[in-house]
Amino acid sequence: MRYNSVFEIIGPVMVGPSSSHTAGAARIGNLARALLAEEPIVARFYLMGSFAETYQGHGTDLALIGGVMGFGPGHPGLATADLEAQQRGLEYSFQKKNFGFFHPNTVTIQLYGETKEVNLIASSIGGGKAEVQEVDGLPVKFTGERPTLVLYHTDTRGFLAKVFHIIDGFGYNIARLSMERWNPNGNAITVCEIDGYVRPELGETLKAWIPELQDYRLIRIE
Amino acid sequence: MSFKRLHELIHLADEKHMSIGQLMLETESEQSGQTKEEILEAMTRQFDVMAEAAHTGVSQPISSRTGLTGGDAYRVSQYLQGERSFLEGSAARAMSYALSVNEVNAGMGRIVATPTAGSAGVLPGVLVSLLDEGRYPKESLVLALLTAAAIGLVIANSASISGAAGGCQAEIGSATAMAAGALVELAGGNAEQVGHAVGLALKNSLGLVCDPVAGLVEIPCITRNGLHAVTAMAAADMALAGVRSIIPPDEVIQAMYDIGNEMPSTLRETGLGGLAATRTGQLLREWVLGDSSKPCKRGESHEI
Repeated sequence: MRYNSVFEIIGPVMVGPSSSHTAGAARIGNLARALLAEEPIVARFYLMGSFAETYQGHGTDLALIGGVMGFGPGHPGLATADLEAQQRGLEYSFQKKNFGFFHPNTVTIQLYGETKEVNLIASSIGGGKAEVQEVDGLPVKFTGERPTLVLYHTDTRGFLAKVFHIIDGFGYNIARLSMERWNPNGNAITVCEIDGYVRPELGETLKAWIPELQDYRLIRIE
Repeated sequence: MSFKRLHELIHLADEKHMSIGQLMLETESEQSGQTKEEILEAMTRQFDVMAEAAHTGVSQPISSRTGLTGGDAYRVSQYLQGERSFLEGSAARAMSYALSVNEVNAGMGRIVATPTAGSAGVLPGVLVSLLDEGRYPKESLVLALLTAAAIGLVIANSASISGAAGGCQAEIGSATAMAAGALVELAGGNAEQVGHAVGLALKNSLGLVCDPVAGLVEIPCITRNGLHAVTAMAAADMALAGVRSIIPPDEVIQAMYDIGNEMPSTLRETGLGGLAATRTGQLLREWVLGDSSKPCKRGESHEI
């Protein structure tokens, strides 16, 4: 089921003018920031569909810029996010680009920090909800509404079994799971959504006990 | 469980001898692990944001960020103080409040998406007007938001609440149906009457395209919220009087989904067709956005 909570229908409290083009865009920015996991220096936004046609009037650009700087959909600073970006020295650009069959409100973000970069495609699917569609070219779907583990690893036999064992040891339930790889025994991404609150030690424990795990993010966008 | 069909929701409410709002509260509590009190508190905080946005534009003229629109909520509320108006009482006040919320939204102010920002005026319009009249206590109105949420969940899960996906019918149509159903429950109507109010309200919104001028949530969105606040009340009155939606509400929702799928993309929040494509619409677009390769003229001052 795509929508589960009353607060997805009545809410969020947000800065206008558009839930899909402003609030959803800010959330997408937040997701990109969480995946990068460091302060962004350069942000390149490629917009398609309705996003591309109307982004300026809806403040989609301000919301995306504000989002990658960590402003949530209700943050009053969204209205002047471009000025804040200048002050922080965040370089950004916007281009129209059609990149395939996605929801009409879809953006590709290339986000660069000091040491890391991330490339994601995400859609604003209505009412302020946002969903990641691709990470670094792999089809990977998540919203960040639940605590979400993004595991960057090599595709090896038994990897998931080890992950499950540790998650189970923490007493958590997996709500949604997907694994995608570039090729057998190559790099892979596993996305694991977990019910309830997740202690940050989970990520560290996984990293310590599973050598195939190269890197991870524990994402939760309020 | 989550809600996908209205008839299931109505059946479940009847079976448990609960209102739809109470059923929603119980379900939300089970799913989220939050207590009912916590949920109601969070919803009350949202209701307060709604009330603030509903009052802002009627006490003083406010303008959108682009300068395309503004001051209408104030105009209407001033006019309603005279004796010439056709609408009176709750409906008149709901109309001015709904206008206000969407003017606040267009000014990049704070609102609550219900279910979206473009349709954020309808529910606060009707509910805050009832609060100010003293007809219902705030707690009942907050519970009515849960009734509205249950209806919205059904529509969102079986059709759409996105104008880009389903046209304006998916946004304002959903909001109007949610408000109509919530009002019926507020007035003591049963779950089946809630369903008919949803059907009646949504049928009246079928086919509405999303063709805002310059792609902005201003023309025709702001006045449409004002008008649909009145429609929601009318649909609730019809359902309470015993008028039925001959096409079952779930089938109306399905029809909305199908119509949305057949809508060309020029009429789904791209700012390309319909009103946006009119001569005046294009002139206004040029005035606001200028050359589309240049940034929008933001925050310019102007008179309203």
